[in-house]
Amino acid sequence: MSEERVGVYVCHCGTNIAGTVDVEDVAKWAGSQENVICSRDYKFMCSSLGQELIEQDIKEQGLTRIVVAACSPHMHEKTFRGATERGGLNPFLFEMANIREHNSWATNDKAAATQKAKALVKGAVERVVHHTPLEPLPVEINPNTLVLGGGIAGISAALELANAGYHVYMVEREPSIGGHMAQLDKTFPTLDCSACILTPKMVEVGQHPNITLWSWSEVENVSGYIGNFTVNVRKKARYVNEELCTGCGICEEKCPRKVIDEVFEAGLSYRKAVYRPFPQAVPKYPVLDPANCTYFERGKCKACQILCPTGAIDFEQQDELITIQVGNIILATGYDLFDSRRIPQYGYGRLANVFTGLEFERLVNAAGPTGGKIVLRDGVTQPESVAIVHCVGSRDKHYNEYCSKVCCMYSLKFAHLVHERLPNAEVYNFYIDMRTPGKGYEEFYHRLLHEGAHFIRGRVAEVTDAARLPGEEGKLIVQAEDTLIGKQRRIPVDMVILSSGIEARQDSKEVSHLFGMGCDFDGFFVERHPKLDPVATMTEGVFIAGACQGPKDIPDSVAQGAAASARVAGLISRGTIMMEPVRAHIEAEACSGCRICNNMCPYNAIVFHEDSKVSEVITALCQGCGTCVAACPSAAITGAHFTNEQVLSEIEGLLWDVSEQLAVSA
Amino acid sequence: MSEPYEPVIVGFLCNWCSYRAADLAGTARIKYAPNMRAIRVMCSGRVDPQFVLKALREGADGVMIAGCHPGECHYVDGNIKTLRRFTLLKQLLRQWGVEDERVQLVWASASEGNLLAAAVDRMTEQLRPLGPLRWKETVLGRNGHGEFIPVEEVPAVEEV
Repeated sequence: MSEERVGVYVCHCGTNIAGTVDVEDVAKWAGSQENVICSRDYKFMCSSLGQELIEQDIKEQGLTRIVVAACSPHMHEKTFRGATERGGLNPFLFEMANIREHNSWATNDKAAATQKAKALVKGAVERVVHHTPLEPLPVEINPNTLVLGGGIAGISAALELANAGYHVYMVEREPSIGGHMAQLDKTFPTLDCSACILTPKMVEVGQHPNITLWSWSEVENVSGYIGNFTVNVRKKARYVNEELCTGCGICEEKCPRKVIDEVFEAGLSYRKAVYRPFPQAVPKYPVLDPANCTYFERGKCKACQILCPTGAIDFEQQDELITIQVGNIILATGYDLFDSRRIPQYGYGRLANVFTGLEFERLVNAAGPTGGKIVLRDGVTQPESVAIVHCVGSRDKHYNEYCSKVCCMYSLKFAHLVHERLPNAEVYNFYIDMRTPGKGYEEFYHRLLHEGAHFIRGRVAEVTDAARLPGEEGKLIVQAEDTLIGKQRRIPVDMVILSSGIEARQDSKEVSHLFGMGCDFDGFFVERHPKLDPVATMTEGVFIAGACQGPKDIPDSVAQGAAASARVAGLISRGTIMMEPVRAHIEAEACSGCRICNNMCPYNAIVFHEDSKVSEVITALCQGCGTCVAACPSAAITGAHFTNEQVLSEIEGLLWDVSEQLAVSA
Repeated sequence: MSEPYEPVIVGFLCNWCSYRAADLAGTARIKYAPNMRAIRVMCSGRVDPQFVLKALREGADGVMIAGCHPGECHYVDGNIKTLRRFTLLKQLLRQWGVEDERVQLVWASASEGNLLAAAVDRMTEQLRPLGPLRWKETVLGRNGHGEFIPVEEVPAVEEV
């Protein structure tokens, strides 16, 4: 028998528990168990009176361990740890038995529920006597933050933090920040010019004294933990000396080599081998693309270098590797557009006048390849009729089951822009459901209905150029079932726009592994809680913002960026945080140096000392999963608060009734 | 023997997914068999095979290990390590004559309370006809003293 003095408190939770479990019987029975000094039942243990009971009993009866049988520890473990601490005990000398969520709410069988409650209480009592006092681990927070991705979500996050006085490193893969938003023409539903609202923010990032911006750069490696991350950034060679370059653009103008711009112009136009993706690019320095540069191919040309007034072109430039220390990381890596070629029956890539949403954005953009003129692929003909196909790649079991959230609204915007630029053109929207949740969104839909856009409810079966009926010759025919009238319809049009959905970045899995966090089946990063904590991740110190977490429009991305930075700012201003002391520890004397645990650890928190031939857990890196503890063949590893002794005792307690039966029958 | 046998199942539920799934099942008032008694572990990867053996030895009729879905582990891939250990453990238990249904591995995310509840119901139903495990007789030997079993009576090991 242990010398510990345990107090057991069984909560009625009104009738939530007491309605199914005979709480008085459980409390009375618990009082007769080994080590239990006092046992009570009470209406609401979480009330201040309930908590005071615990505090009082600790002081008056000299309790050394506390068990509360009530709701889930996810609900009130913190509350009762607090009460235990106020009573003068270490908060970890407490254990909770979940007799509500796991018991009274899950069954109507009162006898079985009471029996199960006793087992759960007995398990907790047996476990708690083996608890040891633990101290939370203080961790200092480095005030610098890494923001990965310079789209609108990343910009929003970086500016909030920088304006709060904290330093931000922004790393962007493309030559310029701005992300997808920089490619858009207008934004729904207000029809603000996208560039007009975005570029001032980009300039602010570029000029902010608290922001170090590295574009054309990628994160190669991340190590460390909340408060103390070490990040290796590869700054790819631009072949342009940023110190000398003034951003005058002469190199770009004089470069003889034209390349199709697949990224910014969505393949609709050309860029030079040395280029800025768009005139308002931030930073203003161009990037030289060696794969397409005549000099790198043939060893001559150097037109840019010869004509650069400041001599900034540097063909010898090498990638630069930079190591930075940051306390927190915000991932705002954005999304990829669904590749419409994956749906061959829609004809994208085969039928010339089938466009993707992003192509159309560039087409209507005043700064785009056609100067904002809506024309067919030939570059001159204006379409007289346009079909907009919703849900391309979204809400479809064969591609992505989820709704991409923005396509209905941007399709409406396209319809409006066609009406505005080509007043005589007919616009047909093929939709499954119109989804317009958002401030001013439904009103925008109504506006389009009044403008005379046609809405046909039905998923498009096929886009074809095979004419069957008179009037279809030379047109693209969109075939769909109009589900409101129950008929097949064939609509001949000149232009088809595919409202392609949002997908996670192709490399999101690798990125999530790089940062030691998870992504879901679709590749979107997983938030800590889908409702109550949508910006934090399961990895402390790593936050997510924007479409990398799931399809999102601009206001939502901005809000999430700001929210992530608020979380980071909170951590920075606190300076240190306390971490749960649930950590593994290796007893050096017992360690055989087999190194089995080294590979078990997903966080590389276990190092092997070659000199002493033993492994050691770096406490600050350890997240406390206990996988190494279970794997150690020498039982040299202890998992604090989940020791073998504690779990094995809990098992014995849980099975007190059947174990006894066994003893009787044997 | 009109009363059906009520098996006792010990559940090892990971803190992040399956324990929360069980919480959710309760919050959603999903009714399921009260036969599982849960132990919270931070990760299913913490489930040392000796925990399972201990539970069976102490009189449990079955053990359920539940974790996050593969790829969704809070600790990156702890559940994959659980899966590997589980496979080995099953081989061992099979050789001892412990029926496959008695030790099960379940994946349930925090939002899948219904799935976890259904798994408990299913396992309870599967264990009922098997009756008590009788660890001493089954595993330790006929009278609990580890008698040798004749070779021809040793159950064949199936492919996993």
